[in-house]
Amino acid sequence: MGWLDRLRGNKNSARQAKDRLQLVLVHDRTDLSPGQLGALKDELIEVISRYVDIEPQAVEIQLSQSGREQYLVANIPLRPTRRARR
Amino acid sequence: MPGTVLTITSGKGGVGKTTATANIAAALASRGEKVVCLDADIGLRNLDLVLGLENRIVYDLVDVVEGRCRLRQAMIRDKRLPNLFLIPAAQTRDKTAVSPTDMVQLCNELRQDYDWVLIDSPAGIERGFRNAIAPADQVLVVTNPEVSAVRDADRIIGLIEAEEKGPARLLLNRLNPALVREGNMLDAEDVLELLAIDLLGVVPEDESVVVSANRGTPVALDANSRAGLAFRNIARRLLGEDVPLMPLEDSGGLLQRLGRLFGKGD
Ligand SMILES: Nc1ncnc2c1ncn2[C@@H]1O[C@H](COP(=O)(O)OP(=O)(O)OP(=O)(O)O)[C@@H](O)[C@H]1O
Ligand SMILES: [Mg+2]
Repeated sequence: MGWLDRLRGNKNSARQAKDRLQLVLVHDRTDLSPGQLGALKDELIEVISRYVDIEPQAVEIQLSQSGREQYLVANIPLRPTRRARR
Repeated sequence: MPGTVLTITSGKGGVGKTTATANIAAALASRGEKVVCLDADIGLRNLDLVLGLENRIVYDLVDVVEGRCRLRQAMIRDKRLPNLFLIPAAQTRDKTAVSPTDMVQLCNELRQDYDWVLIDSPAGIERGFRNAIAPADQVLVVTNPEVSAVRDADRIIGLIEAEEKGPARLLLNRLNPALVREGNMLDAEDVLELLAIDLLGVVPEDESVVVSANRGTPVALDANSRAGLAFRNIARRLLGEDVPLMPLEDSGGLLQRLGRLFGKGD
């Protein structure tokens, strides 16, 4: 790679390798494919909606990690309740 | 004090397990440790060649396990390093000829007389891998800074944890400093962050590894080789010394470093 490319910084394949590995390792470690994670999210929304009012589009489900430990992190914003409190 | 069984393994094949086993063994032995290497890659024996001991094999690991010879008879002593021994793998059998229990029993015996038992594991996640890690006190995972090798390393690290042999440590082999500098190879830090395990050492890509394998003399015995120095450092870390990683930029020797100074790079 020439110095021009280096200056432009647009050929950093190591960065791409790292980003791609980060994603693939998370799924390898949990045996959960991106597709399954999507299905999990849909079912979770369905179940939770039976109990509280949520906004399906705002729900986020992600795998995250700390060291070699994996976590399933869900962010589920609730809709402001319409029932007036007395 | 009984010795330590150190298993050298990997997910992907060809990343440098046999090279690492031979060189760590030679480096440990040249520091006065009593070392025996066990080639657990049954059917694909290679450690004998890398150590230059291929002409002296009479009995092998399977002969020992099946009782055709005594343990001592299968051990080949290195003439250059009288503290270094090899138990070769069988070449005409397969991995099922030995069981994890056989390996544990054998290593319990070897532990009594040797400071280190180094096991060269076959690649992958099959029986051969289970044989190799069953007796391990410590596990070293070898990988290269390359996407599929890192992914497979992660898988094997998970299996080592599941077998309660963890935490494994990492040997990053064939790092090419010039490629890292130009942003086209994962750096040691990247790999460590991805795999989240401790690093035992980094070995640079080095032609002298190939040359020494051709000759059957471990590169760790070559005072002028960068890879040799890296392996000697790894051996010292195993012995509990606090040895800093060698600087990447130093990889070229003085002449190349001067060249870089004048803008030639390498
Ligand atoms: N640091 C290095 N620099 C240059 N070449 C290397 C280095 N390490 C290993 N090699 C070369 O890579 C090849 C594979 O190495 P080796 O046989 O040690 O791998 P392995 O993991 O034992 O393979 P297998 O999975 O087949 O048992 C050999 O030709 C070896 O000489
Ligand atoms: Mg090998």
